[in-house]
Amino acid sequence: MSLECAGVTKRFGGVVAVSEVDLAVAPGQVFGLIGPNGAGKTTLINLIAGQLRPDGGTIRFEGANVTGLPAHTLTKRGIARTFQGGRVFKGLTAYENVLIGGHTRLRSDLIAALIPLRTRSESVDRERTLALLDRVGLRARAASLAGELAYGDQRRLEIARALASAPHLLILDEPAAGLNPTESAGLRALMRELVAEGLTIILIEHDVRLVMGTCQRVAVLNFGRKIAEGAPLEIQASAAVREAYLGGEDVA
Amino acid sequence: MDAIASFLSAYSTTIAIVGINMLLALSVWVTLYAGQLTLGNAAFMAIGAYVAALLGRHLGTAFPLALAAGAITAAALALPLGLTVFRLRGVYLAIATLAFGEVVRVVLLATPITGKGQGLNGIPPKTELWHIYLSVLVVAYVLWRTQGSTVGRAWAAIREDEIAAASQGIAVRRYKLAAFVVGAVVAGWAGGLSAHVTFSIDPNDFAFSKAVQILVFAVVGGIPNVVGPLLGAALLTSLPELLRPLKDARDVFQGLVLLLVIVYLPRGLVTLAQLRRTRELREIGVSDVA
Repeated sequence: MSLECAGVTKRFGGVVAVSEVDLAVAPGQVFGLIGPNGAGKTTLINLIAGQLRPDGGTIRFEGANVTGLPAHTLTKRGIARTFQGGRVFKGLTAYENVLIGGHTRLRSDLIAALIPLRTRSESVDRERTLALLDRVGLRARAASLAGELAYGDQRRLEIARALASAPHLLILDEPAAGLNPTESAGLRALMRELVAEGLTIILIEHDVRLVMGTCQRVAVLNFGRKIAEGAPLEIQASAAVREAYLGGEDVA
Repeated sequence: MDAIASFLSAYSTTIAIVGINMLLALSVWVTLYAGQLTLGNAAFMAIGAYVAALLGRHLGTAFPLALAAGAITAAALALPLGLTVFRLRGVYLAIATLAFGEVVRVVLLATPITGKGQGLNGIPPKTELWHIYLSVLVVAYVLWRTQGSTVGRAWAAIREDEIAAASQGIAVRRYKLAAFVVGAVVAGWAGGLSAHVTFSIDPNDFAFSKAVQILVFAVVGGIPNVVGPLLGAALLTSLPELLRPLKDARDVFQGLVLLLVIVYLPRGLVTLAQLRRTRELREIGVSDVA
């Protein structure tokens, strides 16, 4: 397994945002995480990627217990993510964003930088960075400030930045929100390519077509609990899932 | 030559203070570049000044060693302080570091060896102008080169968005602490130099107003690069001298300059020269496509 969660729980005061969630994500697949607003999807991935510490349960990544490790350590171990709504470094160029994304792969060049008159051998990093920008179609915007890019471009830039750490597991939090159909199709193609290269992806998404079209497995959260897991078609047929989204019979 | 020599002798104290203020502005620039508003640098300056002056007086320590000891003492205090206060952000961080400054000031006021309220007098004038400007050159160079390294990029990322920076694998707390300690070293060094220019120091030289003054140098000059704090310190230190003919209107004019810069050049004087973008284009070699 790439990622295993067992009994993962997170409370905020009296609210149980994530309750006893078990997940097993096999390597090389797109694993969908869906659920109504406020179901705890983002909280769960904040626990997995280290933005939050769980109050209970264990998280194992590639066999090792990584429960409660800080985000920067998890990135070094191979977990990268994007954020809901996007969190590019707006005041930095697209190029710098992706370069910083490779922080864990770069050796500190501070000492080298201090030696006067020495031209630094940055060309490998430069090529890698430009290649990643190329991959998401932003090479021509390399020198633009990230904050000046269109929303869809910012989302793709964030994916390029996440890929720069050469992750084994990529977590995408609503990457298609606000994208037009063409951009969304591009995203789908990119995810397929990445999985074909051996990456594991956890996808949080509201766009049902995107989830059903790309995910091998889907888990459904509601009120912090996992209420269903299975292949996309099984999920579509599940009564529990319909009820979560559309309300119970007594309400409807 | 005579003209230069007489200018230097007439204004040597001002020229020295310009250089010391440049160092102080650089010291606070480091943390500002990493997006952290700290106001402890006047206190680190005080620590450097007192340690260097006392070592010279009581132990006859050689001047460069005394300066280094002052800077190292400042760093040694910055480390545990930073570990504590970097749990805070924004204005809370500023207040916490300011409180540290007050503690240092009160301790200096109460301790016999530091001369209590009288401070230390008759400190030998060991600082030469070239000591100061060599220090400015070295510090500015090191910070400039650091800015373009992995460390400088990590600082920029933290300034932009801490949570996103952490998820790029940047150990945010460690990098903030490094910026803080580097700033303390520079401020401590500047303090030692300044004590041996001004002959006498007392705790109130390093009070709240000094902390704010240091911050203003850096902010008016601008944070995008190291030229900003140099420019800000040079302008705001020499302005009172240049405006001497205005007599009483001097403070008003100086306040006006400050106001105009902050309103019209919120990113500082350095933004007057919009060189940043073109430089970056050249650096990454994509100017042909952008």
